[in-house]
Amino acid sequence: MQKDPNNKGIFLSLDWLTIGFYLIFVVWGWFSVCGASYDVAHPDVFGFGSNSGKQLMWIGTAVALGGALLFIEKRFYDTSAYFIYALLMLLLVVTIFIAPDTKGSRSWIPLGSIKLQPAEFSKFAVALALGKYMNRYGFSLDKPKDFARIVGMILLPMLLIVCQKETGSALVYLAFFLVLYREGMTGSLLFTAFACVVYFVVGIRYGDDTMEQMPVSVGEFAVLLIAQLFTTGMTWVYSQNRLALQIMFYGGVGTSLLAILFSAYVIPFNVCYVLLGICLLQFAYLVGLAIHHRLYRYALIAAFSLLSTSFFYIADTMLQHLDDHQRVRIEILLGKKEDIRGAGYNVNQAKIAIGSGGMHGKGFLNGTQTKLKYVPEQDTDFIFCTVGEEEGFVGSAAVLIFYLFFIWRLIALAERQPDTFGRVYGYCVCCIFLFHLFVNIGMVLGLTPVIGIPLPFFSYGGSSLWGFTILLFIFLRMDAERNLKRK
Amino acid sequence: MATDSNILDTRKYVIGGIALVIVVCYIVRLAFLQLFSSDYQDRAANNAFYRNIIYPSRGAIYDRNGELLVYNKPAYDIMVVMREVPGLDTLDFCETLGMTREQFDHRMESIKDRTKNPGFSMYTQQLFMGQIPAEEFSTFQEKMFRFRGFYIRQRTVREYSFPHLAHVLGDVGEVSQKQVEDDPYYQPGDRIGTIGVERSHEIDLRGEKGVEVLLRDANGRIQGHYQNGALDRKPVPGKNLTLSIDLKLQALGERLMEGKLGAIVAIEPKTGEVLCLVSSPTYDPRRLVGKERANLYKELGANPLKPQLNRAILGTYPPGSTFKTSQALTFMQEGIITPQTSYSCSRGFHHKGMKVGCHGHGSPLPLIPAIATSCNGYFCWGLYHMLSNRKQYDSLHEAMTTWKDYMVSMGFGYRLGIDLPSEARGMIPNADYYDSRFKKQWNPLSVISIAIGQGEVLLTPLQIANLGATIANRGYYITPHVVKDVQDCALPDSMTQRHYTLTDTAYYHFVVDGMRRAVTGGTCRAANTTMYEVCGKTGTAQNPHGQDHSAFMGFAPMNDPQIAICVYVENGGFGATFGVPIGALMMEQYINGQLSDASEAKATAMQHRHISYEARTGREQRRAEKKNHAERPEQ
Repeated sequence: MQKDPNNKGIFLSLDWLTIGFYLIFVVWGWFSVCGASYDVAHPDVFGFGSNSGKQLMWIGTAVALGGALLFIEKRFYDTSAYFIYALLMLLLVVTIFIAPDTKGSRSWIPLGSIKLQPAEFSKFAVALALGKYMNRYGFSLDKPKDFARIVGMILLPMLLIVCQKETGSALVYLAFFLVLYREGMTGSLLFTAFACVVYFVVGIRYGDDTMEQMPVSVGEFAVLLIAQLFTTGMTWVYSQNRLALQIMFYGGVGTSLLAILFSAYVIPFNVCYVLLGICLLQFAYLVGLAIHHRLYRYALIAAFSLLSTSFFYIADTMLQHLDDHQRVRIEILLGKKEDIRGAGYNVNQAKIAIGSGGMHGKGFLNGTQTKLKYVPEQDTDFIFCTVGEEEGFVGSAAVLIFYLFFIWRLIALAERQPDTFGRVYGYCVCCIFLFHLFVNIGMVLGLTPVIGIPLPFFSYGGSSLWGFTILLFIFLRMDAERNLKRK
Repeated sequence: MATDSNILDTRKYVIGGIALVIVVCYIVRLAFLQLFSSDYQDRAANNAFYRNIIYPSRGAIYDRNGELLVYNKPAYDIMVVMREVPGLDTLDFCETLGMTREQFDHRMESIKDRTKNPGFSMYTQQLFMGQIPAEEFSTFQEKMFRFRGFYIRQRTVREYSFPHLAHVLGDVGEVSQKQVEDDPYYQPGDRIGTIGVERSHEIDLRGEKGVEVLLRDANGRIQGHYQNGALDRKPVPGKNLTLSIDLKLQALGERLMEGKLGAIVAIEPKTGEVLCLVSSPTYDPRRLVGKERANLYKELGANPLKPQLNRAILGTYPPGSTFKTSQALTFMQEGIITPQTSYSCSRGFHHKGMKVGCHGHGSPLPLIPAIATSCNGYFCWGLYHMLSNRKQYDSLHEAMTTWKDYMVSMGFGYRLGIDLPSEARGMIPNADYYDSRFKKQWNPLSVISIAIGQGEVLLTPLQIANLGATIANRGYYITPHVVKDVQDCALPDSMTQRHYTLTDTAYYHFVVDGMRRAVTGGTCRAANTTMYEVCGKTGTAQNPHGQDHSAFMGFAPMNDPQIAICVYVENGGFGATFGVPIGALMMEQYINGQLSDASEAKATAMQHRHISYEARTGREQRRAEKKNHAERPEQ
């Protein structure tokens, strides 16, 4: 570590608000881990034998690590970003081969009495590399080559982590696409992803229901109608062609509604064929427009239309070919199946634990569901249950609101960075926290699939706490340097 | 690019907005889970709390002299924790409990079968064998240290000291599904009184269950008391009952009724306390516990004479001539007769072609000799004049209703309200009944036989005994009851209130005189004794099934009645044949506390005088065979 003459100024311009959030989360998290790992028969929260005792050690080292990171200049990361990226990718590769099998996953490297998970540390490396690359002169996401490289940089660690059988941790890297959106990636891609989720949820959830007195699948009908609306909406946003818009809206959506009325009151028939036909006509019309006007845009909308139309059928087919336990998980999440003792056990117990907390919760160390081990993984991935049960609605809503302000603060910090490197890195940090929050609390509340990723600063575990600390404190140092002239 | 950059700048709001939407959605969801759904609290409690029920000891039962009749005896349940069983010396275990290897394996399998045993857990105690008596248990206990995974749970079973009083004491059994649904106090597997005072005084006897609220982890292991036992509740032991029954009197009654069907009910007139409640045939309540229980119930179910039926309160019989006393009281109060009114009787009641026979005696007779000789004609004329009296009653309907009101005031036609379950109400016909039965074509003559306790009139032996008590009290009765005292509790008002009949006390003296004359020189001469003044009335009730029933109603001593009694022997012939001698012995036993040697000899003779009910058992058998025969083709 070099001696930095500006260190004094750095500490004055540090964002103490964010550090305050960090400390609040970590302390709050420790109390939650105490609640979750408390053993009724052996009450010992500080002892090294309990998870709360160990977490105390992890917190201490993490704070020390964070403090140390504040001394490393931004210039260091700027110069060594690719090196760090390469190093961690190598570590991920090595992990696949040397990590012992723990519950089917090969992601933990044992170091003496503790175990580390490299996947938790590689996030900051990817963030640094993305920032560095996008900071290049003349970089544009509109250039296919640049875009492809960026996507490659994101997909590589995902692939490696999937190889470690930690699909949940790999999905976290999807958060970087939100950063790309901020940096100029077209919003239509995000919208497409969103549309796919809507098609999937609506289609699979209601796929087996039929409409009253009509041989029509509710799911299929709804998906095709939404696809028509989305395609029309895309045309509206991305072209100024009023005629095309009117043709698509009245001809498409209008005809579909007429068809369903006909089926309902005159002769019942499977309306989905009509809707499918209209979708295909819309697609053909858009292709026609693209050729006629020689506009790339129409071709993209046409592609979206085709994807939307076929997505339901592809997803349905794929679902049939999924492994049983994965399909069951999806079906349970969508509320198609109740399975309280089997795959739905975790989520059901989590809901019971949180729901039993009521307004004010049962009080510190008084939660029965978490203490008596009804909720599996309660001190790691399901830590939010303990908050919900012991601190009630007041406590858990407060955690969410604190997180919201924390994320908003990070956005503000990212926006005030003087260069793309800092801004991209800042958004990466922010989006990773957002993604963790979204998936982790969503799964505990039974709203998103059960993907085993921790709640930052709350979940028990040294690797994740260190990983998030590194991620955050590198950014804090960068932010503190924002007013210094670049050398 | 300037505009482009501006557009990109607005995207921070999109990202911030996404965060906002996510957090708002999650807070709404949290609100639903935590604030608007109480369901989760219950489910959490079901998860984590194990309510260990502590059973209180059931109250003991004593007779009126403090003799202990029913108490609790420890029994043991053998419990097993499956997870700890491996390594058991199965051979030794089976030998100790006297079971075969196959039985052992079968039992273990059915414990693990969740369809049969929904509460199964590898970690908690499961019932292996229930209610092992202390004697058999001791050998097991000696070896218990060798049988890892097996535990003992202490329970209690009822124990009976004497072979008497089965119908009154009743029985306890497992609660039914319906009882569990109706009363939240009970849980499946609990025990509840099923018949007798065990049923009617269930709430006094059972006490209050205690509970320990224990914390149970996801594996079903107990992790201690919730809130250090703040919610735990100690069990409240059941209250002891003292019955009004005199065990010696009851025992004598059961002895005298051996080989006969029927009932004896004795009441202390002053208090309404039931001194004995014999129903014959009976059974030995000591066989209700242990291995004999199943055999006993099998025998009881197969017996065509229905020993489970408590004839004293559930058997309804024509009261015969004992009923005439109630008629005398009614006619006098209504002014139809005076004690001096005489009616002629030429071997019966003859009027407009209607004939009710009577035995030979002097004629005409006034009231008192009519009661003493049990003259049928007298009471038929009385009822005939009452029902035909259009000066006093506007219609036959009104006259009949007046008559019915008198009967009801004496405790007939409705349940008396004894503190035993399922009492019968008997039958007192009213005008509406005859209207529908005779399609309104009836007159005083068509119903005349009710005046002599025949026809449609049916009473339980308890109601007849209660009539005896009412006459002994000269005009009122107290609801008969078998429980004299509940520990730490006063008897309810309903068991101490006097119920006055519609007849004035003055008229009762004439009936008492009549009943006294029946003993000194009438139909009950066999009951006469120099020790105290006995009053009595015989009854000989005709019935469509063979021999007449033999009945006796009486009380003694005349001027300070201590006991009123009804003896009813099915198919016993004349009242004097069985009713009077049994009644006399019972009264002697109660008033003197013992029988004289001569009476003891009479009692033994009576004990061995059996009545053949072959006709009836044969009929039952034929009916059963017929039923079987009829059912067979359907199978």
